Amino acid sequence: MIVLEGKAVFEGIAIGKLYVYKKKEQTVKREKISDSAAEIRRYEAAKDLAIEQLQALHAKAVKEVGEAGAEIFEAHQFMVDDGDYIDSVKNIIETESVNAEYAVAQTGDIFHNMFSEMDDEYFKGRATDVKDITERIINCLKGGSSGNIDSDEPVIVVADDLAPSETVQMDKEKILSFVTVHGSANSHTSILAKTMNIPAIIGCDIPLTKELHGKYAIVDGFEGKVYIDPAQDVLEEKKKLLQKELDKKELLEQLKGKENITLDGQHINLYANIGNTKDLGLVLQNDAGGIGLFRSEFIYLGSDDYPTEEEQFAIYKQVAQAMAEKKVIIRTLDIGADKQADYFNLPKEENPAMGLRAIRICLTNPEIFKTQLRAILRASAYGNISIMFPMIISVDEVKKIKEIVSEVKKELDEIGLPYDKDIELGVMIETPAAVMIAEELAKEVDFFSVGTNDLTQYTLAIDRQNQSLDDFYDSHHPGLLRMLKMIVDGAHKGGAWAGICGELGSDLSLTKEFLAMGYDELSVSPGRILPLRKVVLETDVSEYKKEKGYI
Amino acid sequence: MVSFDYTIKDVHGIHARPATELFKLTKNYESVVKVKKGDKEVAFKGVMGIMSLGAKQNDTVTLSFEGTDEEAEMEEVKKFMEENL
Repeated sequence: MIVLEGKAVFEGIAIGKLYVYKKKEQTVKREKISDSAAEIRRYEAAKDLAIEQLQALHAKAVKEVGEAGAEIFEAHQFMVDDGDYIDSVKNIIETESVNAEYAVAQTGDIFHNMFSEMDDEYFKGRATDVKDITERIINCLKGGSSGNIDSDEPVIVVADDLAPSETVQMDKEKILSFVTVHGSANSHTSILAKTMNIPAIIGCDIPLTKELHGKYAIVDGFEGKVYIDPAQDVLEEKKKLLQKELDKKELLEQLKGKENITLDGQHINLYANIGNTKDLGLVLQNDAGGIGLFRSEFIYLGSDDYPTEEEQFAIYKQVAQAMAEKKVIIRTLDIGADKQADYFNLPKEENPAMGLRAIRICLTNPEIFKTQLRAILRASAYGNISIMFPMIISVDEVKKIKEIVSEVKKELDEIGLPYDKDIELGVMIETPAAVMIAEELAKEVDFFSVGTNDLTQYTLAIDRQNQSLDDFYDSHHPGLLRMLKMIVDGAHKGGAWAGICGELGSDLSLTKEFLAMGYDELSVSPGRILPLRKVVLETDVSEYKKEKGYI
Repeated sequence: MVSFDYTIKDVHGIHARPATELFKLTKNYESVVKVKKGDKEVAFKGVMGIMSLGAKQNDTVTLSFEGTDEEAEMEEVKKFMEENL
């Protein structure tokens, strides 16, 4: 048994034969031609074919990995159709009387070198794109195809590095995993592997030899290891892990793309909670209808000083664009209590859970608040963003917040920056006070999202971190459930929609109850979405209400 | 000919996505667009030319327009850059 290590970019287990993938060598010969006009026509036909292929790939990738992952193929279309690139190819054909393949390869080299010599990592990375489109055009000239896996059974693909066009063109039924010698965690290949749900390891010093081809191996994307000719006990252990993974995947495949509708036709939105842009891939993989809670704290906690408007704007814009038209609810700064950032210089408090935190910090320091609001509003021009405010206890607070939002909007109007004028505003319901005045609050905002963790803590007067209180703690306390019902009723009466974004939202034993209460949305960690969808699809709400004696 | 200077705000500089969008936009006009950074100037004939300038955050680029619809094109390009770059 040989064990090799690399960097895992996607978790999972794959067991099968290794397939050493080598790019078909693009040997391009320089040939003299006599009719350069005909050669240019041949190049133009190949260029058009390449663009057609890329359009098809784009459409395919949108379906498989979403708009964000597919974007690369649109960018490639524009590179193939680039005026400077085209001029260079034609110029070489005409002045040197050479074949189109050679002129394209030469042009590709020029642009490749230009990008790879830049001192910026981003632009350096584009050199790979130039190489990729150049190979594509040459392939079209030769009338060949690339990226085929020549095997009857699914395999573990081992390669030096893979271009995005290669990974997406490969027949996915035949790929168990990717292992590459090169590639970075941010490369398109890693991103695509992630969105394709395939365990992948990069930066692995694996020899691409004939001897390796066809050997039995295990890829463990949890520990970032490849086991070649695995020992029996290792194999047994990994097989068990794999079975678990397969069960999960099966559920995923069955439920992906389905609407969240109960047997009797009630609809509910299932959104994802995320705390970092790194989780965006998971959101798409798990087929979330949107982001119901984007915790903005990581931007503050991962910083030594107040994050600037531009830093924040870049992050919010990225999320909005990645989600395309799907809803993204950004919760404003919720620090204090257990989440502290030194530069805020918050006073030490006797009882931080009930202290200066969340919206209270924002209303005490309107400048910090306005910086964040400006960044969110500006990002709202790039997608479907809503803003949510945490730790609300009164209508007055909401009115103050709305005044500040209007001020920021006015400032943006003055400097002419675009934003979504009808941006939805919502509040977290996580204090018993907010529950009691739900209807009044609902008249002021577009939506509610219940933060059950804090609401439970404040309602039961039990600190969840304190294990010695476990015997007293009841997450399904009837008092709490009645509150949840009051919240949704209040919301609807006041003209707002209501969701739950706390941990209770993913408690499958309560899903029917939430549907019966009339909740419009549940926002949970990405991995919980499909199990929830399963319950929704199997529920008959009116039956359940009868059973429970509600009607 | 009309022209304007623009200092890049986007942390990634003029990268593939805005370059592509910007190029799509200029295709609707007939004026000749040139982009200059330092002493390097490229005709805006595609995304690679403009990306080859390697314009990063806080770099200043000059865009010039020459043709019958130069004013209108400059206005639209300027607006796009302010919003996206």
